[in-house]
Amino acid sequence: MRYFVSLTVVLAVLWLGLSGVYKPLLFGLGAASIVLVVWLTERMEVLGAEHDPATLSWRLPIYWAWLVWQVIKSNIAVARAVLDPRRIQPTLIELPADQRTRVGRVTYGNSITLTPGTVTMRLTSDGDGIQVHALLPEAAEDLRQGEMARRVRWLEGGD
Amino acid sequence: MEAVVLGTILAIFTTMGLALWRAIQGPSIYDTIVGVNVFGTKTVLLIALIAEFSGNADLIDVALVYALINFLAVIAILKLVRQRDLAASRRVEHD
Amino acid sequence: MTELLVNLLSGAMMLTGGAFAVIGGIGVVRFPDVFTRLHAAGITDTLAPLLIIGGLMMQAGWSILSFKLLLILLFLLFTTPTASHATARAAVVDGLQPLLGAARRKGDGSSNT
Repeated sequence: MRYFVSLTVVLAVLWLGLSGVYKPLLFGLGAASIVLVVWLTERMEVLGAEHDPATLSWRLPIYWAWLVWQVIKSNIAVARAVLDPRRIQPTLIELPADQRTRVGRVTYGNSITLTPGTVTMRLTSDGDGIQVHALLPEAAEDLRQGEMARRVRWLEGGD
Repeated sequence: MEAVVLGTILAIFTTMGLALWRAIQGPSIYDTIVGVNVFGTKTVLLIALIAEFSGNADLIDVALVYALINFLAVIAILKLVRQRDLAASRRVEHD
Repeated sequence: MTELLVNLLSGAMMLTGGAFAVIGGIGVVRFPDVFTRLHAAGITDTLAPLLIIGGLMMQAGWSILSFKLLLILLFLLFTTPTASHATARAAVVDGLQPLLGAARRKGDGSSNT
């Protein structure tokens, strides 16, 4: 039930933001489309833990701010590597992904891919390992230090 | 301000040209997909910039929809390349 | 005064974003194999949209246009990692091996992995 409420709220905000024209008829159409989408989601049985409003905690903006900072730093490193390709030294490394939930592991893998210089190649099927292709040795070293894994665990509600 | 937006638009065009060169050059199909993906995200930025440049704010909806389509297109092409069939269900061989 | 400041900052952001986009494009052409090219594509997919759309949002101010730009940015940031990962994964399954080590550094025997 909680999932339905949060999905409806998200869809309503999205509709209000995208529409920009606020007349009774259009409000009716918007409400109808939201009901239709929620009904379809229920029928398709795709509503799951990702829609849990509890994942949207106050920690998310802090994590995003940190992630954007990481993205900017690694972008500058990769840009320098583009201008001087002799710097690149691609490696494959294995990392533990010991996040508690599946959403946490996916967040971790996605964050690794989002920072340029590292791409997640594979989440091992037993779910507790992650294979990463790193462009620069510094990026690989940063990941081995485990700062990002720690932040994602914190995001999941750890300390 | 117009000059700045125009300069950015030209930079985006340059990037699109480079990505297109990579997409044509290959050598593997995945290089082409990387090139097309970059080309697509740059198109989104280009439309957003043109919306600002021409003062036609409605164009931003086009950029939004293009962002959605581009992602789906890349995933669909990858699936097509992998399985030679867009309708194939879960026959993905895990290694 | 504030307007001048906003103009200056957003203009600088847009031009920097454009410059990063071009650098990423050069990387896509210049790097030796698919996996390294994905990293270069990552520049054009993360920092360039961040800066350019950030600059456009500052120009638009608090309006519905800004909201839509923010949605575009969020959508790009959420989907491009998925697309990169899918490309890398498909290339690996297809049997492409990533080039490892200092492959381009000729005649430098000290650094091999």
